Amino acid sequence: MNKAEWPLWEVFIRSKNGLSHKHVGSLHAPDSEIALENARDVYTRRNEGPSIWVVESKNIFATDPADNDMLFETAKNKIYRHPSFYDIPKEVKNI
Amino acid sequence: MQNKQHLYNLLLHLADNDLILGQRLSEWCGHGPALEQDIALSNIALDLIGQAEMWFQYAQSLGINDKNQDQLAFARNEWEYKNVLLVEYPNTDFGYTIVRQFFYDIFHKLILTELKESADTQIAAIAAKSIKEVDYHLKFSSEWLIRLGDGTELSHQKIQTAVNELCDFANELFLPTESESIMAKAGIGYELEPLRSVWIDEVQNILKIATIDAPDKEGHQKGGKNGIHSEYFGHLLSEMQFLQRAYPNLSW
Repeated sequence: MNKAEWPLWEVFIRSKNGLSHKHVGSLHAPDSEIALENARDVYTRRNEGPSIWVVESKNIFATDPADNDMLFETAKNKIYRHPSFYDIPKEVKNI
Repeated sequence: MQNKQHLYNLLLHLADNDLILGQRLSEWCGHGPALEQDIALSNIALDLIGQAEMWFQYAQSLGINDKNQDQLAFARNEWEYKNVLLVEYPNTDFGYTIVRQFFYDIFHKLILTELKESADTQIAAIAAKSIKEVDYHLKFSSEWLIRLGDGTELSHQKIQTAVNELCDFANELFLPTESESIMAKAGIGYELEPLRSVWIDEVQNILKIATIDAPDKEGHQKGGKNGIHSEYFGHLLSEMQFLQRAYPNLSW
């Protein structure tokens, strides 16, 4: 098996139950099972979390940076959409 | 010989198997076939050396002699190590490394499963802690055995060659030493003979999935458990022991 033929996978880890999975990096692996093992070995050596997702990179579709003005710029002057006008109680975490 | 000495011998045997295989695997560090496998093999090496440390600590605590755990690991002579020959076999290539690991992992899991029920609570605790790591080692080695065995023509041939060669070392795993037999009878250790057929069944199941032929021969290589090692062992020790021999009792 030539490593050059191994597809690229994106790795997502949930740092603790209740939180969402976050992208932590990528790796090469011949299939999903090995990708999960590799992710465990490469990205969870220091207690990073209890759950891993891997997605083959080719299955991720991204926005084109050239479209950024059209897609994201228009939201910037609509500050009333931000929940920044509320006081958040101290007890609420993870927002 | 007193039971305490037999317990000590058993602990050193368990420690040496883990230590020497850990040393062999760490030779892959920086040389793995891919970065991901390099890290995986180093992880397994560290798991095994950590397990060896627990066995050595317990052996030291018996107070049989004044050797501390570092001296046990790094300052014994060749014939004082009681690991099986399988674990000192050179890495050779990734195929050999995976087959050696697979043979050992199945065996390792079987004896730890027995030791989890040991009448000696310290042994039972170390076994219970170690077996979680070994579950993963076995998953890793069997997954790769299956993929390489049932992979390309070349990877299949390399795994078949390694299986044919290394099965010579399987028989020794199940030949009990006097200390092992006495500890088994005392409810502290394990009976090896009943584990033999379980090991063969489990190995054959995976080999079948990997489309690899199980060689039909009785392995004849033995000696490591009694301190009689292969020609490779002195070289392994010289590398592993160099620092402690050159600078005795050096620590971080």
